[in-house]
Amino acid sequence: MEVINGLNLKDTELRLGLPGAQEEQQQEVSCVRSNNKRKNNDSKEESALPPAKTQIVGWPPVRSNRKNNNNKNVSYVKVSMDGAPYLRKIDLKMYKNYPELLKALENMFKFTVGEYSEREGYKGSGFVPTYEDKDGDWMLVGDVPWDMFSSSCQKLRIMKGSEVPPAL
Amino acid sequence: MNYFPDEVIEHVFDFVTSHKDRNAISLVCKSWYKIERFSRQKVFIGNCYAINPERLLRRFPCLKSLTLKGKPHFADFNLVPHEWGGFVLPWIEALARSRVGLEELRLKRMVVTDESLELLSRSFVNFKSLVLVSCEGFTTDGLASIAANCRHLRDLDLQENEIDDHRGQWLSCFPDTCTTLVTLNFACLEGETNLVALERLVARSPNLKSLKLNRAVPLDALARLMACAPQIVDLGVGSYENDPDSESYMKLKAAIKKCTSLRSLSGFLEAAPHCLSAFHPICHNLTSLNLSYAAEIHGSHLIKLIQHCKKLQRLWILDSIGDKGLEVVASTCKELQELRVFPSDLLGGGNTAVTEEGLVAISAGCPKLHSILYFCQQMTNAALVTVAKNCPNFIRFRLCILEPNKPDHVTSQPLDEGFGAIVKACKSLRRLSHSGLLTDQVFLYIGMYANQLEMLSIAFAGDTDKGMLYVLNGCKKMKKLEIRDSPFGDTALLADVSKYETMRSLWMSSCEVTLSGCKRLAQKAPWLNVEIINENDNNRMEENGHEGRQKVDKMYLYRTVVGTRMDAPPFVWIL
Repeated sequence: MEVINGLNLKDTELRLGLPGAQEEQQQEVSCVRSNNKRKNNDSKEESALPPAKTQIVGWPPVRSNRKNNNNKNVSYVKVSMDGAPYLRKIDLKMYKNYPELLKALENMFKFTVGEYSEREGYKGSGFVPTYEDKDGDWMLVGDVPWDMFSSSCQKLRIMKGSEVPPAL
Repeated sequence: MNYFPDEVIEHVFDFVTSHKDRNAISLVCKSWYKIERFSRQKVFIGNCYAINPERLLRRFPCLKSLTLKGKPHFADFNLVPHEWGGFVLPWIEALARSRVGLEELRLKRMVVTDESLELLSRSFVNFKSLVLVSCEGFTTDGLASIAANCRHLRDLDLQENEIDDHRGQWLSCFPDTCTTLVTLNFACLEGETNLVALERLVARSPNLKSLKLNRAVPLDALARLMACAPQIVDLGVGSYENDPDSESYMKLKAAIKKCTSLRSLSGFLEAAPHCLSAFHPICHNLTSLNLSYAAEIHGSHLIKLIQHCKKLQRLWILDSIGDKGLEVVASTCKELQELRVFPSDLLGGGNTAVTEEGLVAISAGCPKLHSILYFCQQMTNAALVTVAKNCPNFIRFRLCILEPNKPDHVTSQPLDEGFGAIVKACKSLRRLSHSGLLTDQVFLYIGMYANQLEMLSIAFAGDTDKGMLYVLNGCKKMKKLEIRDSPFGDTALLADVSKYETMRSLWMSSCEVTLSGCKRLAQKAPWLNVEIINENDNNRMEENGHEGRQKVDKMYLYRTVVGTRMDAPPFVWIL
């Protein structure tokens, strides 16, 4: 448990789930992305850098449009779920493929998404993940290759079974 | 003054324009209150829930310009859920019903809908100016109504809003008869822009002084736009990917040379590094430069540009400029008043960017500096003491060390003494944000010396309730206090309830205040709205004694004359 100056940084850590949920999600953002250009291996400095640094909600105090602009490695999109009282935001660049994304969404909103098949979309749960692409069209998550999806996804919406048109 | 007829007094009041002064005038006597309220045209409301539109209109029936602010400041950093509140529609509906002659509306951190924009555009014949800052909830369809229906539109200024871009034709909704535009800023739109409509609009707007484009406007379009608007004073460049040998680049250079009135440059939202040199010919006139979105431009190109900008008063830049770059700024920009250095590498792990050395260099070289926002990796007390000595005129001082709780990197001490030096020296300081390792001591200094302080942002600082008490007791002019992740609790919160009547608002998140503490406060102060924002369904706030000791995740309180608001979502509990 990381305790700095009496503050338990874990309490303020950004996690993809409601507080209290088990965290299995990716935590090592700073390690994975850390593009260590420092030639002199200042290992003392490195180990002092808490992984929680990059994961505290709202820290550093920079508006999200700046974060998205400067860090091409970060891409926050809004996620809505039919019936949920408020929206969430996730960083698409934290995931490398569809299963990772879907698992994170399932944890965030406490639902399961069913089996995907190209022919029939998602079957078995009544929840269907959709996204808005750059043209403004609402598409089913999973049809196109991951990279194409993550660069064109503007928004996510998890539709509930009753609203899903029969064609899907 | 009793011997003058009302018209004379009113004429005198016309020269008094600041809100503070007008508010003061209205308190002198009943007769002045009356004269003032009928002659007031501009009203500023810092918290849209402190008052309601009906009371506003009753007091100021001749209102022409209204400024409204909604969500608390920490909403900028995702600490406030989107649906918290700040809806502008009821205000516009009330203003429309009253038939007041609204000409100008400025909104910050409010939820705006297409419906409200449509209503706005249809209800006020003389509507001239719409400024939206950090708002959300609307689309380009709303913009289309404004364009189509506001016959005398002068300003459409969209700053950092979240707008759903339907890639529609809102720009072509400006009728051909619309020739009155002075300001057009749509830099925050993400979608495509109808370039033909844009060019025709600019060409028929001879009064256009401020034009800020979004990233969808490419280089050749920029050249044509600048050629149509050589009178431009304030330009925001969209995309700037260019081949320096191309014809469009040559045309751009020629057009830029003709823009002799250009004083302010910004944008470069998608920019190739070598593009800035086209602007060198007009740099000597620039007073304002904002390159904080130009992530792809590296230090050396920035420095080359800045070396030409000797008259710069305002500079917003990324920390990729480095300490060396800031030294160039310090030696070139002797007129500099405001500097903002934003972080470029938020995931950490590489370049050291800027340190205390850059800050010291700026303070030494720029005697007129009064506002600073500085994101850096490290700081020392010695540097802050030097900065305080060099620049005792700070009005706004915001320092953000990226790693929370980081001490002085040379002495490993807290940064109390450094910030103490700042508040002691800067007698006009109105706004302060501090960071790094800080104990209760820094708050003792703030309470003792920061007499003019109106806004204080605290994060990961302090040891005990004493810290917060020093501030509440000492800072007589405090208006907005926002605190996160600091160990302040009920004792500090409840020590002086009447203090909150003199303040606009208090935000506390991830602190030690409990539900029962907040309830006691709400009981003692019925003129306060004490809001608990509770995003955890699992942690439902219960009424009984045990749960009262539960810590509150987010509390926002503000003075109000209109009681509890009716539009709060279910996860906001107003005590």
